[in-house]
Amino acid sequence: MALQVRVATTMAEAAGILGSDQRTRLLSGGTLVMRDINEGRFLDGTLLRLTDPAYHQINASGARVELGAGATMAMVLANRDLAFLHPVARAIGGPAIRQMATIGGNLFAATPYGDFAVALLALDAQVMVQSGYGSARAVAIEEFLNARERGASGLVTSVQFAKPQNAADFRFRKVSRVKPKGVSVMSIAVHLPNSASRIGQARVAYGAMAPAPVRARGVERALEGKPLDAAAIQAAKAAALEGTRPVTDAIASDWYRREVAPVHLGRLLAGEGR
Amino acid sequence: MAKSPVQFRLNGSDRATFVDPGDNLLVTLRRGLNEFGPKYGCGQGACGVCTVLIDGEPHLSCLTLAVACEGRHVETVSGMADGPNLHPLQNAFMDNFAAQCGFCTPGMLMAARALLERNPNPTREEVIEGIAGNICRCTGYEPIITAILAAAGNRGQRQA
Ligand SMILES: Cc1cc2nc3c(=O)[nH]c(=O)nc-3n(C[C@H](O)[C@H](O)[C@H](O)COP(=O)(O)OP(=O)(O)OC[C@H]3O[C@@H](n4cnc5c(N)ncnc54)[C@H](O)[C@@H]3O)c2cc1C
Ligand code: FES
Ligand code: FES
Repeated sequence: MALQVRVATTMAEAAGILGSDQRTRLLSGGTLVMRDINEGRFLDGTLLRLTDPAYHQINASGARVELGAGATMAMVLANRDLAFLHPVARAIGGPAIRQMATIGGNLFAATPYGDFAVALLALDAQVMVQSGYGSARAVAIEEFLNARERGASGLVTSVQFAKPQNAADFRFRKVSRVKPKGVSVMSIAVHLPNSASRIGQARVAYGAMAPAPVRARGVERALEGKPLDAAAIQAAKAAALEGTRPVTDAIASDWYRREVAPVHLGRLLAGEGR
Repeated sequence: MAKSPVQFRLNGSDRATFVDPGDNLLVTLRRGLNEFGPKYGCGQGACGVCTVLIDGEPHLSCLTLAVACEGRHVETVSGMADGPNLHPLQNAFMDNFAAQCGFCTPGMLMAARALLERNPNPTREEVIEGIAGNICRCTGYEPIITAILAAAGNRGQRQA
């Protein structure tokens, strides 16, 4: 059988189609799935287009943010309420890629891609997943990313998270060799509520330091309950590699990633430039 | 394989053709509509030579599903000049030697146009960011950056 294209007009319909046929793939922004078609890796099956306007919707004016999985990086950049996420969206590809690339697709992008997913992991996001015609259920992003490695499926309809109370509590850095548009050697997102006094509920996430974005739990423990001072940053750097499994790829070796991770983490926490 | 019809505006004219289900817009423009402005470089989104504007925004045509362009407005480098009058960006590219082999030029011009439509007075950093998705193997980028900054300074003045 050859490739065919189907169109779903509602998210429920798309979830139903995805759930009933393993060889169906959703076309979100298409920056990865079209590559597979162009290069002959996806020639047999169904490409599903979704035209539901709700899939692209962003709701960010209140304390809880909901980003439709079909919202693009350009849409994030155009939204003033999401200013804290602008450095993340701007770090993804060039202007044309950002016009196309969606948040939903980023959750599925294989390492070293997935920079937006790293930010969502530090924000403790809930991923809304709809399987079949029922209603969407909330899955913690960490669980979602772990299940992704096992090949779990379903339609991601949106992601939801609490907006950081203070924009300065959320920081993101992408380390790449080519600027301004290079693939990640690694990316780091940190959410340190109350970083001006004593940090509560620290969240630190890495991209490209494991087969999928991961939390740096050792770093989180080192920062928890402390003021963000030189001693805390030193402790965080010492714990930087706990739980990581970096890979070697065309961008960097696993050794190099291990060497630079504590350095970049330290600089991000200290608010220093590269 | 069953072909599907697709119809969209191309540089201001209504055009229609038939496509295979997984065809991308680049193949459709070049093979189906004889529009050879956008080039085929990598087919992976990495080089930017296939950049076109869809409803005014930059897109990589090699990564755009052709049937998804139904009813939309696609603009390529071929639509930039106004009759015999080149677009200010095209003039600036000539004046500043911003094309050597010229292979990247159709994509560079579209990326530059998208940038200037959104931001008529970009800084040098913003120009670099604006063409970050486009690779040039010849010029070292400097003449291209200079040309875009020059065009931004001369906007609205079309040369005869
Ligand atoms: C030149 C280039 C540069 C890039 N640079 C970066 C970068 O710097 N950082 C980065 O993170 N990424 C980068 N990417 C990768 C990619 O563009 C992004 O990760 C993007 O966010 C993927 O989203 P998409 O909508 O295009 O995905 P698509 O190609 O539409 O989908 C990707 C996969 O996810 C599945 N999928 C998508 N959405 C859903 C959903 N809602 N529910 C269920 N399944 C879904 C699709 O079926 C498909 O299998 C780059 C890609 C290119 C070509
Ligand atoms: S041919 Fe489309 S980006 Fe290279
Ligand atoms: S002029 Fe040759 S690639 Fe740019």
